[in-house]
Amino acid sequence: MTAVRTEIRTRRRTALGRSPVLVALSIAALFMVLPFLIVAVNAVKSPAEYSQHGPLSLPNGLYLDGLKDFWQRVDYGQKLLNSVLISGSVAVLAAVLSVLNAYAIGIGRIKGRTWVLAFFVLANVLPQEALVYPLYYLSKQAGLYDTRLSVIIVFTVIQAAFGTYLLSSVLGQFPREIIEAARIDGANKWQVLWRIVVPVSRPTIGVLLVFFFIWTWNEFLLPLVMLISNDNQTVSVALGVLQGQRLMDATMTNAAALLGVLPAIVFFLVFQRTLTRGIAVGAVK
Amino acid sequence: MTITVERGARAVGKRPHPGPRRPRSQNSYALFLLPGVLAFLAVIIVPFLMNTGVSFTEWSGIGSPKWTGLDNYRRLLDDSEFWASFRHSLFMVVAMAAVPTMIGLVLAAALFDYIGKHFGSKVAAVLRACFYLPQVLPIAVAGIVWSWILAPDDGSLNALLKAVGLGSWQQDWLGDPDVALYSVMGVMVWVQLGFPLVVFMAGLQRVDPQLYEAAELDGAGWWRRFRHITLPQIRPEIYVVLTWCTVAALKVFGAVYVLTKGGPGGATDVPSYFSFTTFFEKTQAGYGAAISTVLTVIILLLAMVGLKLQTRAEDAEEGARA
Repeated sequence: MTAVRTEIRTRRRTALGRSPVLVALSIAALFMVLPFLIVAVNAVKSPAEYSQHGPLSLPNGLYLDGLKDFWQRVDYGQKLLNSVLISGSVAVLAAVLSVLNAYAIGIGRIKGRTWVLAFFVLANVLPQEALVYPLYYLSKQAGLYDTRLSVIIVFTVIQAAFGTYLLSSVLGQFPREIIEAARIDGANKWQVLWRIVVPVSRPTIGVLLVFFFIWTWNEFLLPLVMLISNDNQTVSVALGVLQGQRLMDATMTNAAALLGVLPAIVFFLVFQRTLTRGIAVGAVK
Repeated sequence: MTITVERGARAVGKRPHPGPRRPRSQNSYALFLLPGVLAFLAVIIVPFLMNTGVSFTEWSGIGSPKWTGLDNYRRLLDDSEFWASFRHSLFMVVAMAAVPTMIGLVLAAALFDYIGKHFGSKVAAVLRACFYLPQVLPIAVAGIVWSWILAPDDGSLNALLKAVGLGSWQQDWLGDPDVALYSVMGVMVWVQLGFPLVVFMAGLQRVDPQLYEAAELDGAGWWRRFRHITLPQIRPEIYVVLTWCTVAALKVFGAVYVLTKGGPGGATDVPSYFSFTTFFEKTQAGYGAAISTVLTVIILLLAMVGLKLQTRAEDAEEGARA
């Protein structure tokens, strides 16, 4: 056994030296993460250092004033709070809505479910550009314009379109016997849903929660139109608008980039398994 | 996609044990759909119908719209800005669908059929993660990162070129009308690449490893295995990815807004951004609605074609397996 293992190990080591493919792929991967590295390195340089040595030198020390200034200037804490509040609410509400829809379609197998499902899939591909002006107008009429609630409502529905489609196909394969048994024991539909179907489908619902959260966090067009005031803006919108105004110097842009990148990296590390598994589930089902 | 669901549902529908049919309970499940359907009507269907209606009017968003019939659509046909924006969309399709799919295929096959086997799945997973990372970034943030890298005076890319002695290649990447569109394309390739890669790698998990082993025993090299096993086996995934990415490419907004604002001189304008400025800067809601309606029709047609190809590929695959 150990002989085999050492044999494999030596083969690996020699292969490493002999493998142009691995080297090429590693270089390509490095290129992909290079922008992140450059941003991280420059975000801790002082403006003087930056203008003297350019963006490619290594920093002399940790200069965090640029980050602090930027944080205060855009009230970044508030933006993070808005993003968390909006994305979190949407994730939970859209998951609940998806579960209700998918219960009727996948387990209830209601009449005309193919059409109902097609309708949800359609809603999924419909471009937001074709909804944005009426939504802007209607939210003004309803007194919801420039509120975080308006964005939460809209994205709950948009994300639930995907959730319904995914969960319906998962619940379509749900073992009927379990449900039958529960019904015979006198559980009603509502109890079956919350006590049996939801606990059993927890993995899929988990994938949906993560997806909805990240997707909503990254949304740009609708929040840009809906959230005008500084107090309501999300991270993505605030940073995008700032960049669009072309008023930032190199150091500020860099601080903005780093503060925008960090949450994404955190999500990525925390949810990496779920993300890659979820994509596989969602793409071909 | 929907077809598969159907098939699964029908398969389960054959109840495993003969029992008495359940009485009258089917229709009450519809109650669970009620909140979803109402919410969809309010947030998606009604606004969409409104938008289509407004596209036949002249309206500034204030007061009542004036019916003008097909005028907006006639105006579109003569509008060079509109045509330019759709032409740029094709460039985006190349950058976000064609190129990432091709590179993604080769990368997925290399990581799965070569790296994974020779260096272990850990190495493959780390490499995959590097390629996927840009996908989690908000597009607005990706735009900031790249604006800063592509800046003309003290941008990292120009500094890098200078450092390696290619100073003459320096460009005003986002400010030169001849270069800006290609720069945006490059950024979009970077953003999009991880998606096809991850989907294809997941698809390859389905493939029977014996196929590869048999081919290897027959002396088929990597390229032949790629051509004759990998490609045919993940055809459904290829169609899914091409459809998704093409639709995403037609909807590009955030990247253009943050990187170039459609400039310089409209060189990077795309339909989504064009409709946005028409709505909110020129306050021509009718004309903006017409642009977005055309975009919607194109996207829906594409999605249908993609779905058809995918289900056909899946059926062919099932047939081959049976």
